[in-house]
Amino acid sequence: MPIQVLMPALSPTMEKGNLAKWLKKEGEPIKSGDVIAEIETDKATMEVEATDEGTLGKILIPEGTADVAVNTPIATILADGESAADLAKAPAAAAKAAESAPPAAAKAEAPAPKAAPAPQAVAEPDPEVPAGTEMVTQTIREALRDAMAEEMRRDADVFVMGEEVAEYQGAYKVTQGLLQEFGAKRVIDTPITEHGFAGVGVGAAMTGLKPIVEFMTFNFAMQAIDQIINSAAKTLYMSGGQMGCSIVFRGPNGAAARVAAQHSQDYSAWYSHIPGLKVVAPYSAADAKGLLKAAIRDPNPVIFLENEVLYGHTGEVPKLDDFIIPIGKARIVRAGSHVTIISWSNGMTYALKAADELAKDGIEAEVIDLRTLRPMDTETIVNSVKKTGRAVTVEEGWAQSGVGAEIAARIMENAFDYLDAPVTRVSGKDVPMPYAANLEKLALPSAAEVVEAAKAVCYR
Amino acid sequence: MAAPKKAAASAPQDKIDGGSPPEFTREQELKALRDMLLIRRFEEKAGQLYGMGAIGGFCHLYIGQEAVVVGMQMALKEGDQVITGYRDHGHMLATGMDANGVMAELTGRRGGYSKGKGGSMHMFSKEKHFYGGHGIVGAQVSLGTGLAFANHYRGNGNVSVTYFGDGAANQGQVYESFNMAELWKLPVIYVIENNRYAMGTSVSRASAQQDFSKRGVSFNIPGKQVDGMDVRAVKAAGEEAAAWCRAGKGPFILEMQTYRYRGHSMSDPAKYRTREEVEKVRHDQDPIEQVRNRLLAAKVSEADLKAIDAEVRDIVNASADFAQHDPEPDAAELWTDVYR
Repeated sequence: MPIQVLMPALSPTMEKGNLAKWLKKEGEPIKSGDVIAEIETDKATMEVEATDEGTLGKILIPEGTADVAVNTPIATILADGESAADLAKAPAAAAKAAESAPPAAAKAEAPAPKAAPAPQAVAEPDPEVPAGTEMVTQTIREALRDAMAEEMRRDADVFVMGEEVAEYQGAYKVTQGLLQEFGAKRVIDTPITEHGFAGVGVGAAMTGLKPIVEFMTFNFAMQAIDQIINSAAKTLYMSGGQMGCSIVFRGPNGAAARVAAQHSQDYSAWYSHIPGLKVVAPYSAADAKGLLKAAIRDPNPVIFLENEVLYGHTGEVPKLDDFIIPIGKARIVRAGSHVTIISWSNGMTYALKAADELAKDGIEAEVIDLRTLRPMDTETIVNSVKKTGRAVTVEEGWAQSGVGAEIAARIMENAFDYLDAPVTRVSGKDVPMPYAANLEKLALPSAAEVVEAAKAVCYR
Repeated sequence: MAAPKKAAASAPQDKIDGGSPPEFTREQELKALRDMLLIRRFEEKAGQLYGMGAIGGFCHLYIGQEAVVVGMQMALKEGDQVITGYRDHGHMLATGMDANGVMAELTGRRGGYSKGKGGSMHMFSKEKHFYGGHGIVGAQVSLGTGLAFANHYRGNGNVSVTYFGDGAANQGQVYESFNMAELWKLPVIYVIENNRYAMGTSVSRASAQQDFSKRGVSFNIPGKQVDGMDVRAVKAAGEEAAAWCRAGKGPFILEMQTYRYRGHSMSDPAKYRTREEVEKVRHDQDPIEQVRNRLLAAKVSEADLKAIDAEVRDIVNASADFAQHDPEPDAAELWTDVYR
C-alpha cells in the first residue's frame, strides 16, 4: 500500500499553508530524510522531509497551491516492490484522510468566500467604520504590524522592544518588516530578560517616550508583572498626576495549542483587576488594528492581549488613513433578542459558532465582543441584557475571580430586575492546561458548552 | 582575608585607597555643608514628626549618608536624572526639590509633591528630573536604566544616576539591567549606597561578593569603591563616572561606602548592631563634621557656620509648620490621577 505524505504543521496553531515547491519529481527514488518539498505560511518556511524510503509515486498537490490544510495528503510514496499500478489503491485512503482533514480546513478562513465563517460577514456593521469604506483582507498578524508601522511613522517617540522582534522578524512574525523600515534604534531586540526590559520600557516611558513592549507570550510577562503593576500602573497616582507612562505591553495571551500549562494561560482577569491599566483584547483583524493604534496613542499603560490561534485569521480591515477604534467600547457583533452572549478575543470563536447553532433551534443570540476589558463597557452589556433577560459569558480563563464573574456582578448590580435566569459562565476548566489533545480540548470552553448554557438560561 | 575585612567593616573609609580626594574650594565646601545639613536637619525633624504621629506608615531616614547624594549632585549637569528606592528624602532635597513639598507629602497633605497620595516612598519631580521614590526594592534599577535608554534614544547627552542599596544589589533585575546597559552602552551611573545593612541583615550575611564595585565584572562594567563619607571623594568619583557615560562608554558602578545612623525605618529594634559601632562611625567619619572641621581649619568663622545652621533650621522649621497646617487632600482626589 503506498504511503501518504501529509501536509505538515509548522507550529501548534498552524491550520493551513502554501505548497511552495516540489524538490523531487514523480518516479524519483527517495531516502528517509530527503527533503522532498518546501512549504510556507505567512510566518515561516519549512522543508518537508521524507520519513519513508521508496519512490515518489504521485504528487497530489501541485507546487504553488495556496492554503493547503494541515494533514491533507500531498503525495504518495511507493515502497520497494510497489509500482505505479499500486497507486490505484491510494485514492480511497486519500479520500478518507481528506475527510478527516476538513475540520481544520473549514475553520481556516480561506480566501474562498464560501469556506469562510468570517464573523465579520454575519456581523452588524461597525459604527466606527463609515459606510462605503473600502476594505482590505488582512491577517490579524498583518493588521497588528500595520498598526505599529503607521504609529511609528507618525511619532518618532514610538519604538518597539522585545525578544526576537527585530532580526528574527518577531517570534510570531507580528513585527515583520519593522526593522527594515525603522532601523535598529527603534526596533530593538532584547536579551531574554522580561523583568528587566519591562522596567527599562517603563523608565523610558516616564520620560515621555512611547514604548511598545512585546512579550513573546504573556506567560513570560509573569516575570515582569511587578514592573507592570507596581511601576507602570501606579506611578501616575503616586506622583499626584505628575508622571505617568504611555506604554503598550503586547503579545499573545491565552491558550495556544498543545503547549501545556506554563505556555497556555489567559491573563485577562489578572490585568483587568488593576486600576491604572487599560486592558484590550481584540478578536477581529479590524479591531486589532484600530485598537492597537489607539493603545499606542493612549497616555496610559495599556495591556494589549493578542491570541496566537487568531494571528493567521483573516478579516476585512477598513482602508482608512487613520483608523482608530476607541478603547472601552464593546461591539454588538450579532444582534438577537433571546439571550446575550458576552465574550472577547478567542472566546468569540466559541460564542459565534454557538450563535449559529442556536439559530438553527430558533434561539436568536445577541453576541457582544467586549474588545476592551478595562474600562469595561457596562452600558452595552446592560442594555443588551435588559432586552434579552438572559446572559452567558464565555472565556478561556478560569471561572474563579474571572472576567465572567465580573460581568455577572455588573449585570446583577445594574439589571437584576430584568433577568429571567441566572447569568451563566462558560470558562476554562479549573485545572492547569493539560498537554494531551483530548484533555486539552476538554479543558477549554467549547461552542457546545455555550449552546448548552444558552439553552439552559432560555429554559430550553 | 577575614581579618582585614572585619576591620574594614567598622571603618568604611579604610577600604579606600588612592589618597586624599581633590580639595574643594571654599564655596564648594560651604555649599556641601549647607546641603548636607539641610538633609540632616530635615530628617531629624521628620523623625520627630513621626514620633508625634504626624507622619504615618514607613519612614526611612537618610541620616549619615548625606555626602553621597550631595557629592553626586555636585558632579551632575542640568537634565541628568536621579532615581532611587525608598530611602529617598535626601535625594529629593539634593536635587533641589522644595522642603515644604517633601515634608507635606510625608504628612499626607495636599501641598505634598504627590498631593498626599504617594507618601515617603513615592515622590517625583519632573522639573528637577527626580524620577522617584520607589518602594519595591530593586525596581528603580530597571527604571533608571530605562531613563538612560531614553537619553541614548534622544542623544541628549544626559546621564541617569540610579541609586540603590547593598540589599537591592542582590535582586535579579539589577543584573538584567546591567546586561542591557552595557550591551547598549547606556549612560547610567549605578550608585550602590552600601550602608552595610539591608534592614537588619549585614552585608556579610547576605552577599557572596561583598565588593559591590565588582558586581558588574561579568558584564564588563567598570566599578569603583568610594569613601561615601567624604563628599569630595564622592564628587570626584561622580565626575569620573559621568564623563565615562557621556563619552558613550556605557554604564559605571560606584560603590559608596557609607553608614546609616538611624534604623532601617522608624520601627527598627536595632538588635543587629551595637551602639558602639554607630557611635564610632559618627565620631570618626561623620560627613558633615568632616566639612565643618576643614572649614574651621581654613579659618571660616564660627559665626559664618552658625548662619548656615540658622538658615537650614528656618527652612526645616517652616516645612514642618507647613506640613502640619496644610489641609489634607480633598476627598475628590481619591478618584483623580488613576488615568490621564
